[in-house]
Amino acid sequence: MLEVRGIHTYYGQSHILFDVSLALRKGEIVGLLGRNGAGKTTTMKSVCGMLRPMEGTVVFEGEDVTGRKPFELVRRGICYVPDDRRIFSDLTVDDNLGIVHRRTREWDRERVYDLFPALREIAGRRAGVLSGGEKAMLAVGRALMSSPKLLLLDEPTEGLAPLIVLSLERQILRLKEAGISILLSEQNLKSSLRLIDRAYIIDNGRIRYQGTAKELENNEEIQRMHLMI
Amino acid sequence: MEFLSHLFSSGTLSQFLVGLSRTTILFIVSSGLSLILGILRIPNVAHGSLYMVGAFLAYSVIHLFGGGVAAFVAALVIAPLGVAALGFVLERGFFSHLYEREHLMLLLLTFSFALIIGDLVKIVWGTEYRSVTLPVVLQGSAEILGLPLPYYNLVLLLVGPVIAVFLWLVINRTKMGKIARAAAVDREMVSAVGINVGWVFAFTFVLGCFLAGLGGALIAPMTNISLGMDHSLIIEAFLIVIMGGLGNVWGALLGSLVFGLTQSLGILVWPKFGIVFPYLAVVAVLVFRPRGLLSSTW
Repeated sequence: MLEVRGIHTYYGQSHILFDVSLALRKGEIVGLLGRNGAGKTTTMKSVCGMLRPMEGTVVFEGEDVTGRKPFELVRRGICYVPDDRRIFSDLTVDDNLGIVHRRTREWDRERVYDLFPALREIAGRRAGVLSGGEKAMLAVGRALMSSPKLLLLDEPTEGLAPLIVLSLERQILRLKEAGISILLSEQNLKSSLRLIDRAYIIDNGRIRYQGTAKELENNEEIQRMHLMI
Repeated sequence: MEFLSHLFSSGTLSQFLVGLSRTTILFIVSSGLSLILGILRIPNVAHGSLYMVGAFLAYSVIHLFGGGVAAFVAALVIAPLGVAALGFVLERGFFSHLYEREHLMLLLLTFSFALIIGDLVKIVWGTEYRSVTLPVVLQGSAEILGLPLPYYNLVLLLVGPVIAVFLWLVINRTKMGKIARAAAVDREMVSAVGINVGWVFAFTFVLGCFLAGLGGALIAPMTNISLGMDHSLIIEAFLIVIMGGLGNVWGALLGSLVFGLTQSLGILVWPKFGIVFPYLAVVAVLVFRPRGLLSSTW
């Protein structure tokens, strides 16, 4: 479904990603694991169109989409949820969901509120005053409004209380059941193992390892070298 | 104590109302400037020139239709739309390619547009003063507490709130307005939820230009329409926007009220130097609230 082939991405003059390749099949949750600053967010931004790789290609459903703008990719079914959420803090929760471009009628506000009932309670509230957990839910819900085929979740549980992490993970698994493929970036191996089918490990802008969740769980050397455990 | 007796006379009320009606025009023009500054981040120095074009277009339309109420109403519709169309061409032709550039570049570009538009106006309408006569029904004055207030000022007093409510509805109740507010803070994320920000920006720019044109059309019967009317206005409009809070339309309203009222009431207090009061107000506001009276989107 998604194939990233040998991309090199720069931030201004600095070379961040070196020959990053990864692939994701329909219905999978694939982990992109690595420490802070390893290149997870840059990889995701290169896929969703916020950054343009200097070399390499991003292929989505057989079409070369390298260098397309974010809004064009959303309309093809790729939606990015940033690690810092970037919800529209001046708008209400309801309007954050309401302004999203809806690719199909598959998802609507009601369905998002059914997935995250806590959001329904605060629908009229200004999004800027929400708690960290509420912002995380809203960021995912907002992406869902575009009825994505592929969600790029960038450290969705970062900075959340353990109970909220567990509940958010349950919702992410429900998204997988609903047929949405997910590329999930995470620093913490343990929590990601509850979700992912396969994983890539990225360090210093290079893919260092790839394997199934099982293989990774048993490979302590790789864990020690590249991850926070 | 002489100025006190001036201040508490019924002349104050009529002066207050005249000031308020002038505020209307300041508000309409500066709210457009503020929208463009807040959402598109363009410090549009050519905004005053668009206001001038609005005034000249209104003059031409009124003459084309031979005066009278119908011609006047037509001018109030056609002139702002004409300016909006010009804005659309500028946005699609130039600004839409340059949003990523730094503000200084955009400022220079808009400054060059101010010069070009000024010359175009000179070519089309010439250098003489033009003036517009009000239709007969709008000539004359109403009596307010025994003092005359021109009908046209009354019309302006009604138009101001209508525009304010219209802008409030557009910004807070339409999807386009909500998207524009989101884009003012984080345009990349707006694109990342599937919205083609370019069209949102075009809409905002065109709306801002429409307001400039409307301000020009409304001022036409009250002033000599001339080259150079853009210069004084753009300075006032920028001061108002800065005083109110960059990008905040309500700040533009508040700033216009402060500017317009200090000007009209200042004349009562110290007739010879009435013109300095609005500028003193700007200084006072910026000393105590450097970021403006209301929250800025910058």
